[in-house]
Amino acid sequence: MTEPVLSVRDLRVEFDSRRGTLRAIDGVSFEIARGEVLGVVGESGAGKSVTGAAVIGLIDPPGRIAGGEIKLSGRRIDDLPPEELRRIRGKRIGVIFQDPLTSLNPLYRIGDQLTETIRTHLPLSPSAARQRAIDLLAEVGIPAPEKRIDAYPHEFSGGMRQRVVIALAICAEPELIIADEPTTALDVSVQAQIIALIKRLGRDHGTAVMLVTHDMGVIAETCDRVAVMYSGRIAEIGPVRDVVQEPLHPYAKGLMGAIPTLAGDAPRLAQIPGAMPRLSAIPPGCAFHPRCDYAFGRCRIERPEPLQHGTQQVACHLFDAHSTEHAA
Amino acid sequence: MLAFTLRRVLQAIGVMIVVGALSFTMFRFAGDPISQIVSQDASSAERAEIRKSLGLDDPVLVQFGRYFINAARFDFGMSYRFREPVAKLLLERMPATLELATCATVLAMTLGILLGVYTALRRNSFLATLLSAVSLIGISLPTFLIGILLIYLFAVVLGWLPSYGRGDTVRLGWWTTGLLTTSGLKSLIMPSITLGLFQMTLIMRLVRAEMLEVLRTDYIRFARARGLTTRAIHFGHALKNTLVPVITVAGLQFGSVIAFAIITETVFQWPGMGLLFVQAVQNVDIPIMAAYLLVVSLIFVTINLIVDILYTLVDPRLHAGAARRT
Ligand SMILES: Nc1ncnc2c1ncn2[C@@H]1O[C@H](COP(=O)(O)OP(=O)(O)OP(=O)(O)O)[C@@H](O)[C@H]1O
Ligand code: SF4
Ligand SMILES: [Mg+2]
Repeated sequence: MTEPVLSVRDLRVEFDSRRGTLRAIDGVSFEIARGEVLGVVGESGAGKSVTGAAVIGLIDPPGRIAGGEIKLSGRRIDDLPPEELRRIRGKRIGVIFQDPLTSLNPLYRIGDQLTETIRTHLPLSPSAARQRAIDLLAEVGIPAPEKRIDAYPHEFSGGMRQRVVIALAICAEPELIIADEPTTALDVSVQAQIIALIKRLGRDHGTAVMLVTHDMGVIAETCDRVAVMYSGRIAEIGPVRDVVQEPLHPYAKGLMGAIPTLAGDAPRLAQIPGAMPRLSAIPPGCAFHPRCDYAFGRCRIERPEPLQHGTQQVACHLFDAHSTEHAA
Repeated sequence: MLAFTLRRVLQAIGVMIVVGALSFTMFRFAGDPISQIVSQDASSAERAEIRKSLGLDDPVLVQFGRYFINAARFDFGMSYRFREPVAKLLLERMPATLELATCATVLAMTLGILLGVYTALRRNSFLATLLSAVSLIGISLPTFLIGILLIYLFAVVLGWLPSYGRGDTVRLGWWTTGLLTTSGLKSLIMPSITLGLFQMTLIMRLVRAEMLEVLRTDYIRFARARGLTTRAIHFGHALKNTLVPVITVAGLQFGSVIAFAIITETVFQWPGMGLLFVQAVQNVDIPIMAAYLLVVSLIFVTINLIVDILYTLVDPRLHAGAARRT
């Protein structure tokens, strides 16, 4: 039971381009336990989606997993043949993408998309699969599911469509759900409902959830742990309370400064000046050093490795025992 | 849906009235019909007599009305040259053209879709690259040249297929078909290829482009994330979404296939409407030319209408859109 549902060790993902190999993910490690929600935050291009795609084996050429290992409930899956990986996708790992408007095939009734997925993964008769589809639609909160099952995607609102997408993701009772910005494309008014639904489903079924989002409020409310990504690496990872209230990594501090705090103390680093480097121009040493207020000599030369610091893991020289003299 | 259909039907009728006016103008004003009918040495009194009997002295609008009512009853007047009703001549030739055009279209669709899907799914293979290159040639070679090359190879050199004509035909009511005899089928092969080749390359390139486009969409990515089999994704989701625009285009092309049949029919001396039209041009047989214009336009417009209505039936979004708009 102590085996994490998902365990990623030293993952590296590379894209071959005309101008050489670009490393989009560079040594990412994390775990998600049963029933746990891991939030993943970071600026656009940090590698959140690529990490999710790597876990489900959907890195398309010219990209490839260049190193590391991915384990699902203790069994390695990153080296499986494509056909076996396909059988895991949708069955043991459910995926929710950002835009429900484009995630569903416009020419298929949602019932057909559901039963097709169900029957791909479970040995059910067409009528049993249809019944399961109706139950799933009811579970994700679609009213009158036995009628709506025969509707086409365009007949649903954005929020309802995302519920259908969620029903598709959970239709074979997956151990892990990867939700990549599931509410970014939705109306603000329905965002909270969708997040609550994902959280409830995760809790009810003991599913591990990897929740990628830009919304620090969602992280604070929904997640058990949070990983802050920067330039293809995890800058800091730890329990949500600690990372949000007492971020250690200078980049995480900058991000958290963007959340309005109850105490009302004005965040000093509300935004971080500058932009994340492109993959082709990642600086040596710590990728964050050109933007970091605390950067010192070593940061420009040596790359900081993630080290345990209290409940958190931080990749920053400030928290390395060898450079205590610089600690903040 | 009903209102949409009705509106489209009204549009189609509007188009036909315009074409009718064109056809009438050609019928009435391209050359003097009298001089085509009577002999050189007829007296002016005789001419006036005939002019009157044909109603050529009536006001133009009356003449147009009469022409239109007649045309609606498929009465296009007499051919100057054959001294027979134009409608009868066209009707005799129509089965040949329609069979040829249908065969060419079926051939073009089948091969075009198969090759298009293949070149899209295996786009980096040698064969796919070769096919794409060859299809470019197919699109740029003139029809008559392909026809002549085929005749030279399969009729003259190898002697496998007849070089001209329709072979033996069987009568089914007013329809004559070449599909039931061996010689009829053999005769159909080369003209169908010649006529269908352009459409085939067009459809193949269209299918390839559409399919690649569809394969990049989010719903295909999501289908993969759901663990559907490659077969279900490629030949279910991707193909269905690809075929909607492709079938529309192919359907709309059927009209041009009939129009282009003029060249193919000339090369193969295929006894269809196109050949009749070409002969009519040579003989300045205006009633046939005018009627051909009308009949081919009617086929064109009817097909457009059917395709439009089918399209809304296939794509549920348009279906709802049409319903909402009304
Ligand atoms: N197919 C690809 N080819 C080349 N580079 C890619 C490809 N897909 C992603 N990348 C690169 O990988 C890096 C990480 O991208 P990713 O999509 O994971 O970012 P993200 O953190 O999800 O950002 P966002 O918040 O915008 O979704 C980016 O620099 C991106 O340019
Ligand atoms: S390693 Fe240096 S540059 Fe990087 S975050 Fe820490 S202090 Fe800043
Ligand atoms: Mg992303």
